[in-house]
Amino acid sequence: MGNIGILIDVQDGQVKETNYGVVTAAASGAGEKIALVVSDNAVDCKDALQKYGVTKVVHVTADTPVDSDPEAQGKAIAEAIKNFDITTLVGLSTAKGKDQMARAAAELDAPAILDVMALDINAKTVTKSHFSGKTYASIGLTGDVVVIGIRMNAVEAIEAGGDATAESFQASVGGAGRVTITEIKKVESKTVDLTEAKIIITGGRSLESADNFAILRECAEVVGAAVGASRAAVDSGYAPHAMQVGQTGKTVSPNLYIGCGISGALQHFAGMKTSKVIVGINIDKDAPIFSNCDYGVLGDLFEVVPALTKAFKEKLG
Amino acid sequence: MKVYVCIKHVPNTAAKITLEGSTAYDESVKFVVNPYDEFAVEEGLKLADGDEVILVCVGKETAVSTMRSALAMGASRGLLVTVGEQFISSGVAAQAIVKAIQADGEPGIVLCGKQSVDSEGMQTHYRIAKGLGLPVVSEVAAMAIADGKATIERELEGGSREVISVALPVVIGCTKGLNEPRYPKLPDILKAKKKEIKQIPLSDLGIDAAGKTAVTNLESAPERGAAKMITGDAQSMANELVDLLINEAKVL
Ligand SMILES: Cc1cc2nc3c(=O)[nH]c(=O)nc-3n(C[C@H](O)[C@H](O)[C@H](O)COP(=O)(O)OP(=O)(O)OC[C@H]3O[C@@H](n4cnc5c(N)ncnc54)[C@H](O)[C@@H]3O)c2cc1C
Repeated sequence: MGNIGILIDVQDGQVKETNYGVVTAAASGAGEKIALVVSDNAVDCKDALQKYGVTKVVHVTADTPVDSDPEAQGKAIAEAIKNFDITTLVGLSTAKGKDQMARAAAELDAPAILDVMALDINAKTVTKSHFSGKTYASIGLTGDVVVIGIRMNAVEAIEAGGDATAESFQASVGGAGRVTITEIKKVESKTVDLTEAKIIITGGRSLESADNFAILRECAEVVGAAVGASRAAVDSGYAPHAMQVGQTGKTVSPNLYIGCGISGALQHFAGMKTSKVIVGINIDKDAPIFSNCDYGVLGDLFEVVPALTKAFKEKLG
Repeated sequence: MKVYVCIKHVPNTAAKITLEGSTAYDESVKFVVNPYDEFAVEEGLKLADGDEVILVCVGKETAVSTMRSALAMGASRGLLVTVGEQFISSGVAAQAIVKAIQADGEPGIVLCGKQSVDSEGMQTHYRIAKGLGLPVVSEVAAMAIADGKATIERELEGGSREVISVALPVVIGCTKGLNEPRYPKLPDILKAKKKEIKQIPLSDLGIDAAGKTAVTNLESAPERGAAKMITGDAQSMANELVDLLINEAKVL
């Protein structure tokens, strides 16, 4: 009987809250719940992780620097899987998490399913979007080691209490050093990151300019929301591609999604249909978004959004 | 530089997916080159510099039509590893691609899409790299090649990018932003009809189609149905919406 490995997504030496849902997803599984924290420097996260059910925190390093070497990360994770008798590895489907899990899975020739919406940790079955969210596939994984990447916010974190031990593990990854991260170009943004956000407000082509996105940002600030855009808005140059939600942009699952002047194309829905509650604000009563969302506000976004900002301030402030 | 481009034959993203039985769907919809793979084809055409651009596809025989579309963009010829199954594991697809490439030639670079839009696996290129013994970088939104080295920009959350340096040959997972895929012109479409597509049955490569993952069921994603509509003047609609979000939906 093996253990469950939980790959912790470390960003700038920090463990973000989104990791805790992954711990909760693993907590009901059999065996030890071993958090793998892959980083050159130790990360202070034991107290936070044990609260959600981690039983052992392992600081994973290698005989070569790992932070700047994605191949070394993948190999170090594969070594840790073997060393700690891990039979199921779960992790967060961020850009970094997906990369690390795919590398480790390829290294071990282990099956992997990434970006799952739900899972049964003991049965090794998952539910995942197929065809850009049009269908949900149930998939079973078999093998000595299986890898499961969980979509951000898909599993809600629940505190489980408990104590964890801590240790470190140095992997030997000989032969790495082929892929080197030389720089990280940070985009300084005051707004919340889309994929992590609990509330998202997006604008479409109808915003008519980049400047007009300010009305969405003002509204977003009041409720701590992230601002996104449709592809039509991105292609028109009103917003950077990093803000695009949809099949060729980001996939998001916030608690609340508010689409402003967004028609509701299939490819847009591909990126946000698993949101808990979807609101459409549109001037056209026949807009497709109204036939597939929870609340529809029929009106001009240039009037409704500022009114919404005011209402948020009054009722939540 | 000899370029291999992996492409997948997938339903058009606008197509309605009608399920048939537990794991099949009505395939009489329009199929296209997986949109992310179009970036790979375009990048391959730019990098080949007169050398061959060879398409590699694992799919049913019907994938020939998709390969013709990519050949019309300018690729030289194609290798199609034929399978009978609808969904095959990433591990099996990767093994097939590795064997097909190894039997064909020495890649200067292997270009893939970062994921397919049907099964959304996001990992085949990592397994191809492992099989070929090459490094891999995915979610590549910009790339420049000089002196046998690629300088790559990889997309992260929130618009940040990682700059990566890697020696060639390398396997790349392409994403949007890398380039603008060209539209084939009529003469190119006609020319593509004469280009070679070599079909190789999976069994000829000595690969078992059964992988370590299996789709056991497909179901249509639940639809929300029509919205609860809110009408009136802007401020009263906004107030009503916030009340509903707090009291009824309980998301605020
Ligand atoms: C392969 C492929 C991939 C794609 N990927 C994506 C993707 O990732 N993300 C994505 O979003 N799209 C994607 N698309 C494009 C998608 O099909 C739509 O074209 C796009 O989502 C439309 O954007 P929109 O809703 O902003 O614009 P439109 O479709 O032009 O809709 C504008 C809407 O605004 C409403 N409106 C206008 N003025 C106002 C006003 N003053 N107040 C309120 N409402 C107003 C209109 O009634 C209309 O409904 C993709 C398409 C393809 C083919």
